[in-house]
Amino acid sequence: MTRLRGENLTLAYDERTVASTLDVSVPDGSFTVIVGPNACGKSTLLKALARMLKPTEGTVYLDGAAIASYRSKEVARRLGLLPQTSISPNGITVGELVARGRYPHQKLFRQWSPEDEAVVAESMRKTGVDDLTDRLVDELSGGQRQRVWLAMVLAQQTSILLLDEPTTFLDIAHQHEVLDLCADLHEDGAHTLVAVLHDLNQACRYATHLIVMKPGEGIAAEGDPVRIMTAELVEDAFGLPCRVVDDPETGTPLIVPLKRQR
Amino acid sequence: MTAVLRTGPVSLRVVPRVAVVSAVLLLAVLAVGVASLMTGDIELTASEVIASLVGHGDRASDFIVLRLRLPRVLCALFVGAALAASGAILQSLTRNPLGSPEFIGMTNGAATGAICVMFFLQGSMMMIAAGAFVGGVVTTVVVYLLAMKRGVQGFRLVLVGIGVSFILVAVNHFLITRASIYEALQAQAWLVGGLNLRTWGHVTTAGVGLAVLLPVAVSLGRRLALLEMGDQAAQGLGVNVERSRFFLLGTSVGLASVATAAAGPISFVALAAPQLARKLTRSAGPGVFAAALMGAVLLMASDLLLQRVFSVQLPVGIVTGAVGGVYLAWLLAHEWRKGIAR
Repeated sequence: MTRLRGENLTLAYDERTVASTLDVSVPDGSFTVIVGPNACGKSTLLKALARMLKPTEGTVYLDGAAIASYRSKEVARRLGLLPQTSISPNGITVGELVARGRYPHQKLFRQWSPEDEAVVAESMRKTGVDDLTDRLVDELSGGQRQRVWLAMVLAQQTSILLLDEPTTFLDIAHQHEVLDLCADLHEDGAHTLVAVLHDLNQACRYATHLIVMKPGEGIAAEGDPVRIMTAELVEDAFGLPCRVVDDPETGTPLIVPLKRQR
Repeated sequence: MTAVLRTGPVSLRVVPRVAVVSAVLLLAVLAVGVASLMTGDIELTASEVIASLVGHGDRASDFIVLRLRLPRVLCALFVGAALAASGAILQSLTRNPLGSPEFIGMTNGAATGAICVMFFLQGSMMMIAAGAFVGGVVTTVVVYLLAMKRGVQGFRLVLVGIGVSFILVAVNHFLITRASIYEALQAQAWLVGGLNLRTWGHVTTAGVGLAVLLPVAVSLGRRLALLEMGDQAAQGLGVNVERSRFFLLGTSVGLASVATAAAGPISFVALAAPQLARKLTRSAGPGVFAAALMGAVLLMASDLLLQRVFSVQLPVGIVTGAVGGVYLAWLLAHEWRKGIAR
């Protein structure tokens, strides 16, 4: 029994069903990565796991109880979410933004405890933004900004972190910087991470548990990427003929698309 | 750059700059208030005014201060604060500087309510105020329902509100053209908005509304700040997005309707005061309280200016409207250049 799982989920936007009868469970302490072609419902699944989207059927369970039965703040103390897009308010400093991550632990008349202070400092140190405290978020580069948002989510002190395409809009160096940071958090042992990623090679390199989704069918395969990633799976889920070789750097599966046929 | 006030289990975060700006605005409210009570057809000294306020004045100055001038001054204070707080909430909620009660139809809806009471019920001043309140609330509910689709988004709220606003303007004009000349004049006078002939009844309406709703608005302010980061980010932090938005919108419409009920539609204050307050405090976040103080100062100062500059008693809505037009044009031009408004 894992802390976060979904049973018999049917996910839909308005009338359009994105995926049906999904059973998912996120292994505790894993770095789970969800991949799949466009419109297969991977972000939708993440939203359902984070209680952002109510499944039309089925139930998401968090720590044994239906996630919908918790108060919003209680969910936010157990599970943190880095959304795909968020808006940094005009004129907000890095320190202020990260401090907002403490909201679920605060009350109207207990707005700032010494613990809040310590947690915020620690989150900023972990993500390497501690020297940016008084800078305006608007003035940062994309990579720095993503680390600041990650620091805000860390300040929530949740052991489960959900990341919705955390590398979108970043160049390749910053993509790996953010993923390395995630891997560090995972290796610390205190966090279970679930991320939606686009890049299969990055997913295979960083994930300890991979969920491959296929449009209309839900989950095509899941498990250790080294074990499950095959050319047949990629061809089946993505419709891309390819070879799967060993990544010369890490030994994890590396997907190489086949040469164009003339 | 935040200071923390802590006593026992209670701790409050305070940004020093916001505290200083608020204190200065509070002093400005007092100064403009006393100045308004001193000046007029009969000049009083500051000590005479204060003597009357604390109950030791002579009969003549008591009459001038307590009966003639104080209701008007308090009305300006309460109405300005309520409008500005309403605007601060709405602008933050819609993430749009145009998200002000006059743009999303609240004000024109209130006018329709007031006109209906005038024409069809021949109501008293207080009944007209009640009609304005109901009109504002009903309009907002309609706009909210029309703009709703998987939750309400700020931009849609503004667009639908502008549409509904224009319909209501047409309805108001239609009603006025069908009315007798006396009714039309009465409606026109109400429509411009003003603080002439305010009684203690108006003061109570605005004062009670503000006393109830402003604390609610301030206590919802932290959620409002989180909502500015986007619905998903806010929900991720434990804000119940739809419910919070509903309560915030309710508070905003309540404040705007109470203000309009007490003084008619006064433009510009709800639009400009929150922006000006934000520029002074330089803080990220809605800053409802500072905005309310700024609104009070703006409306009291406009009214004082009006009474001293023009010998005829013009409605304050004309001054704030004229200044508001210039400010709005400047704001739009400025935002467009920065590429924020689209």
